[in-house]
Amino acid sequence: MKTILILGAGTAGTAIAHKLRRRLSSEWDVAVVDPSSTHLYQPGLLFLPFGDETEERIVRERGSTLGKGITWHKDAVKTIDTELRRVELEAGDPLSYDFLIIASGSEIRPDMIDGMLGDGWQKNVFDFYTLEGSKALQQALANFEGGRLVLNIVEMPIKCPVAPLEFAFLADAYLAKRGIRDKTELVYVTPLDGAFTKPLASKTLGYLLEEKGIQVETEFMTGEVDSEKNVIRSYDEREVPYDLLVTIPPHMGSSFLEDTDLADELAFVATDPYTLAAKNAERVFCIGDATDLPSSKAGSVAHFQADLMTENILRAIDDEELEPSFDGHSNCFVETGHGKAMLIDFNYETEPLPGQFPIPGIGPLPLLKECRRNHWAKRLFRLVYWHALLPARPIPISPTMSLAGKQLSAAAELGGA
Amino acid sequence: MSLEAVQTDAEGYLASRDDWSEELANELATQMGIELNDEHWKVLNTARAIEGESGSSPGLRKISKRSETPIKSIYKLFPDGPAKLIAKIAGIPKPKSCL
Repeated sequence: MKTILILGAGTAGTAIAHKLRRRLSSEWDVAVVDPSSTHLYQPGLLFLPFGDETEERIVRERGSTLGKGITWHKDAVKTIDTELRRVELEAGDPLSYDFLIIASGSEIRPDMIDGMLGDGWQKNVFDFYTLEGSKALQQALANFEGGRLVLNIVEMPIKCPVAPLEFAFLADAYLAKRGIRDKTELVYVTPLDGAFTKPLASKTLGYLLEEKGIQVETEFMTGEVDSEKNVIRSYDEREVPYDLLVTIPPHMGSSFLEDTDLADELAFVATDPYTLAAKNAERVFCIGDATDLPSSKAGSVAHFQADLMTENILRAIDDEELEPSFDGHSNCFVETGHGKAMLIDFNYETEPLPGQFPIPGIGPLPLLKECRRNHWAKRLFRLVYWHALLPARPIPISPTMSLAGKQLSAAAELGGA
Repeated sequence: MSLEAVQTDAEGYLASRDDWSEELANELATQMGIELNDEHWKVLNTARAIEGESGSSPGLRKISKRSETPIKSIYKLFPDGPAKLIAKIAGIPKPKSCL
């Protein structure tokens, strides 16, 4: 028996396990290692704080998300030995592999910022990137009666880079609905030089911040959360006071990758941007949020990578050369509040452009423009996720980006995409 | 290539990574009021190396860890927004998000 071992059964690991299971004969064992007994639909964490999503709808037993013929080792990874092609586990016997896929994602690390886990943690300092954090924040928002609501990205890279912006837009709508928007200052604090950092987005979407009265504090590198004074302090000694702080802490790869030859300083795996092979080991691939790639850490990216990586794994098994097929394609709905959303579609080379995004059988959806249909498509995507994306049933979107429907002239006017 | 001849984008970042040279970096830094010493160079070379490997301009924490320079010290070396200044002087793209 030969083995493909997949570390992590999140979006990327589960999708590629199903794809490979379909394509490989019974002489191959397709196995995943994941210590958690549940699978979390992470995009739901954005809506949970506002009471627009429920835990029941976004959490499933992991066993129910893994199809027949996939072995699940419910255990945590301790170390990887790429010479012996063996993975040591926390509890069980070591596992050998013929090919290894690292799909262990990324996690928030509030412990890396002085004072973040201090007295204010989960009292008036919250994250919404974990189920626990998002649920606690729902309660805090329900009790919020106005003041300074500060949204703070500590540093890039983060999962779903548009989520903090979506949170700000949804918070604006939520506070208005509760009648306390005029009693609330909504502040968006970013280490980058703007809430929008690409030329077209800045030009076409800047109005959203103005219209919603969201203040933006730029180039703010958070060094400390001071729970006594209720301020965040930057490395250059600027202070932003808050009554309620919603923070996006630094992200890192899994702890078993820290200080290994496979990964960089933030424990993200050094990965070939086009073939998705790990750079520093043979017979190892990396998919989804665990890579060090400049593509977004997002579910759509994991899905597109799973399509293309499956073909490359089959090539590797046949001793053929890998195809440099991944182009950084990402496709995301961006909630803008009041029942509207935008759709963005881009890759390594092309920034999000306006136009129409054709989906066979569903019709075109407008790109880089707010509309209600995009909002409903985003909300319905949860069902696509459970029933098609995870079990790797066909989804009619190309894994590589297409220029069909996109207005290239918009980028040309600004001097290139 | 000299400072006058080199192409930059609207925000002052080098249009092409290949136009970069140590001389140009020195000129760019002087223009920003910074005299480059070995400490600066350690940070700049690290940022260039990471961008070359991963295809995106690194955040300060990654630069700090690899170059073994505390973030506080990076702020002293490059006051007024080190992430942008480092990218400009090192001739790598602006640190960006996806929108």
